[in-house]
Formats: sequence, C-alpha cells, structure tokens
Amino acid sequence: MTSTATVAQRRRSEGARAERRLAALLCAPAVIVMLAVTAYPIGYAIWLSLLRYDLRFPDQREFVWLGNYVAVLSDGYWWSAFGVTLGITIVSVAIELVLGLALALIMHRTLMGRGIVRTVVLIPYGIVTVAAAFSWAYAWTPGTGYLANLLPEGSAPLTEQIPALGIVVLAEVWKTTPFMALLLLAGLALVPDDLLRAAQVDGAGPWQRLTRIILPMMKPAILVALLFRTLDAFRIFDNIYVLTRGNNGTGSVSILGYDNLFKAFNLGIGSAISILIFLCVAIIAFLFIKLFGTAAPGSDVAGRR
Amino acid sequence: MATVDTPGRKAGWTLINLMVMAYALIPVLWIASLSFKPASSVTDGRFIPREWTMDNYRGIFATDEFTRALLNSIGIAVIATALAVTMGIMAAYAIARLSFPGKKLLVAVSLLIAMFPQVSLVSPLFEIERSVRLFNTWPGLIIPYITFSLPLAIYILAAFFREIPWELEKAAKMDGATPAQAFRHVIVPLAAPGVITTAILVFIFCWNDFLFAISLTSTEATRTVPAAMANFTGSSQFEEPTGSIAAAAVVITIPIVLFVLFFQRRIVAGLTSGAVKG
Repeated sequence: MTSTATVAQRRRSEGARAERRLAALLCAPAVIVMLAVTAYPIGYAIWLSLLRYDLRFPDQREFVWLGNYVAVLSDGYWWSAFGVTLGITIVSVAIELVLGLALALIMHRTLMGRGIVRTVVLIPYGIVTVAAAFSWAYAWTPGTGYLANLLPEGSAPLTEQIPALGIVVLAEVWKTTPFMALLLLAGLALVPDDLLRAAQVDGAGPWQRLTRIILPMMKPAILVALLFRTLDAFRIFDNIYVLTRGNNGTGSVSILGYDNLFKAFNLGIGSAISILIFLCVAIIAFLFIKLFGTAAPGSDVAGRR
Repeated sequence: MATVDTPGRKAGWTLINLMVMAYALIPVLWIASLSFKPASSVTDGRFIPREWTMDNYRGIFATDEFTRALLNSIGIAVIATALAVTMGIMAAYAIARLSFPGKKLLVAVSLLIAMFPQVSLVSPLFEIERSVRLFNTWPGLIIPYITFSLPLAIYILAAFFREIPWELEKAAKMDGATPAQAFRHVIVPLAAPGVITTAILVFIFCWNDFLFAISLTSTEATRTVPAAMANFTGSSQFEEPTGSIAAAAVVITIPIVLFVLFFQRRIVAGLTSGAVKG
C-alpha cells in the first residue's frame, strides 16, 4: 500500500464521516419532534391504561394490571363501536375504490375541460371535514334540508342507526373519493397507450382492456390508495362527531375513546381504548404489508437509492 | 387512444363532466346557500335562498368567538406549516442527497407516523400537556400538527429533491458564481415548486384538524374555527345556530378554494408524488 492510497482513503472516510454528521444534524429536529409526540405518549398511554384513574377522583389512582382492558373488552360498547367502525371502513373504502376508479378514468380520458374537472374535484379533498359534515347534517335535518324534504314526512334519518350510518358513509365517501381518484390517476398514467391500442386491434373490448390490462398494471397504485384510505377510515371521528355525536349506536372506536376521556373523565379506560385502537391499526397495516409485500408504500423511497 | 371528436362524444363528455362538477360542488353550494338565508327562512328547505342576507356573516364577525377562532386557526396553521416545512426540508435533503446509516429506518418511522391513529394520543397528550402547561395554548396544538405533517412533508420534499439536477450548482460555480449565488440563483428556483406544494398540503392538514383542536383546547382563547363551530350556540336557547355555522363554514372554505384554484397542478403533483413507483 502506498502512502498516497492511505491518504486518499483517509480523506474519503473523513468525507463520509462529515456527511454522516451533516445528515444526523439535518434529521435530528424532525426525528426528535416525531418521537417526542408519538413514541413517548404511546408509552405513557400504556402506563395510564394499567391504572384505575378517574379524573374526578384522582386520589383513588391505583395500579390494576389489565383490569381496564378486561372492563373494555367484556363491555358491549367497545364491540358495538368496533363493529360500526369496521362496517363504515369496509363499506366506504369499497365504494370509494369503485367511484375513485371511475373518476380517475373520467379525468384521464375526458376530451375537454380536464383542468376544470381536476380543479373542482380537489375541493372535497381540501374542504374542512367539519364544514362539509355540517353541510350534510343540515341537508338531512327535517325541515331545513333539501335532501330530508325528499323523504317521507316525519322521517329523521340522522336519529336512526342504519340511515345515520348511511349518511356518515356518504359524507366520508364524498370527501375522500377525490383523493383516491388522484392516486389512481397517477397509476393510470403509467399504463402505456400503445399497449391498450394493441389490445384494441387484437379485439379486446373496453371491459377486457380494463380488467386484463389497466387494473393489473395499476395494482401498486391501488394497493397504496387502499392502505392509506383503510387506515384513515378506521380512525373516523370528525364526520360522526358532527353528524350524530355517536348517538343511536353510531359511535366509532375513536368517538368511544374521546367520550371516555371528556364525558366520563376516565383516563384509565380511555387510555386502554387508545391502546386497543393502536393495536387494531397496527394489525391492519401489518396485514396489508404481509399480503402485498413489496407493493407497500415506502419500499419506493427506500429502494430507489 | 385514438378518439374521434364526434359531436355525440363531445356531448357525452360534457354531460359526464357536469355530473362530476355537480358531485363536487353541490354540498359546498348548499352550505353557502344556508349562510345567505335570513333566520326567518333558514328552515324552508329550499336549495336556493328566496331572500338573500349578509346578516349571518355580520353576526359571526361581530363577536369575539369567531374572530378569535379565525385568528387562532390562521396563526397556528401558519406557524406549524413554517416549522414543519423547515424541518422537512432539512430531513428530505439528507434523505435525497446524503448517504448515512439509518436512512431506511427514518423513512420507515415517518411512514409509521403517517399511519398512526391520532385518537390514541388524545388521552396521553391531554395528560402530558396539562402537566407541562401546554394544554390550551398555541404550542400545545402546533407541536402535534408538526409531528403529523412531517411524514407528508418529508415524503413529498424527498421526491422533489431527487429530481433536482444538482450538477447545475457545480456548473454555476465553475462559471464563477459564489456558493451563495449558486444556491440563490440555481438551487432555490429549482426547489421552490416542491416547497410550495408541501407548504400548501401541510397548511390544509393543519387547517382541517378537528380532533386535536377539541381535545387540547378548552377556551375561546385558543380554539380554532372547526372546534369553535362545534361549540356555537344560537342567540337564544331555542334557536339553532344554523346560519352562523354555515357562514363560518363558508369563511374557512375560502382559503381552500383559493389554493385549489391557483395551485391545482401543484397539489395534484404533491398528493401523487411517491405514491406510485416510477
């Protein structure tokens, strides 16, 4: 080994070390904030969930092991909220996928006004959820609403479980379909036109072109959109809070957790519910990534360099 | 695909486009219609108001409750956006340009936070913020907003930064530009579109939040508009505050409509960046 080689080597390793130091400095603020507001509180929530802790009687704070979890899981409220949440998630994501795909195809193919359509479609995505939820709530309020007046006299859809859940799904679908459509549109742009034209020449009809070529080629985009929307739908809170306050059996798990803290003032039970929701979301994410492997988001960012 | 512009096809597309526009706009027009109805006819159920009035807007701007909430919304969203974008630029630059151990871990962590159920943090954050006196303050909302918008910011910015031809910086220096000049005249203009896109999306996220806003505030002094709307009460016990809520909803929708009108392309690019391989 000559001395010039070692000097060059040392200089290179010094350069690499400097690069690492710079990277650490640049990433530190983001990492610290992200961990301080998620990892630490979730750990603290685990601790709180093992305590009997009613904010009205802070002196009776006591360690109860898994008592809160037993209380939550053996109680009808959790399971009915869980069923409602799961139902809303599955129904709304399924509708969004179909509508979103239709919307994406329209935006991709339309002959004119493409810019206007894309602009208008962004409004539901951007509008404050609470504002949109009030619009739906008043639309279905008897007397006030243009939609409620189409119903038979005396019906109040927001006070009955199934119609109210239908309106929650409607509000959720209206707001989030454009997001789904835009993600799918990006996937659609990757399907080569030549391929579709070749298939058309070979006699494939529009339906065959969709199911045999377009959908398989869009699979990564579809999976990403489904994962994000499923996790998002499972956390549903704003729409239900405004539309029904969770009354008449329409509360989601998020509503249940919120009510246990701010109506029942029970921090122990509330924290146990928080942890259970966290576990549900972790399981959903795990299933998606396990089932669909490399198509998971993030493998993109990590894999490109 | 080869398409023929027959009049029939054009008419068909016009109809489809009109349906899409109706889908997107009807709920927005309805809340706007409610906000222009006088108290006497607000419950008439008509889609287009029979008489128009600005009373609801005058009403909400006459009280502190709404103006204060609007100020809180704007202040909190602007500060959170500025900080999140700054931290995002730093981390995204490192991810896109430097090689360091733990890069994959960083990307994985921010992805996990993007999926994190925010309601799980409401109980612990409520308790923690009360003990460190951040409960019911601006920073008490700004900090969680930064956290939950950082994954989005890092993701979009890293995708944009990867596309920047950084060699241009070197070329500018060779042509005699100082490092500061090269940065200001070459890199900043190239990076600006990505930064603007990110800022808009982060702002929309902060502007939209309701869960943290009602959980971590308790008085008008810090409540943002979405939380204030849920607490609006009518001028009397028996009067529903429909008109006031509708007017408030329209006011906070205006910035969103402006963003969408002026930055449609950027928002679409930001939402879809990195979502699809390629």
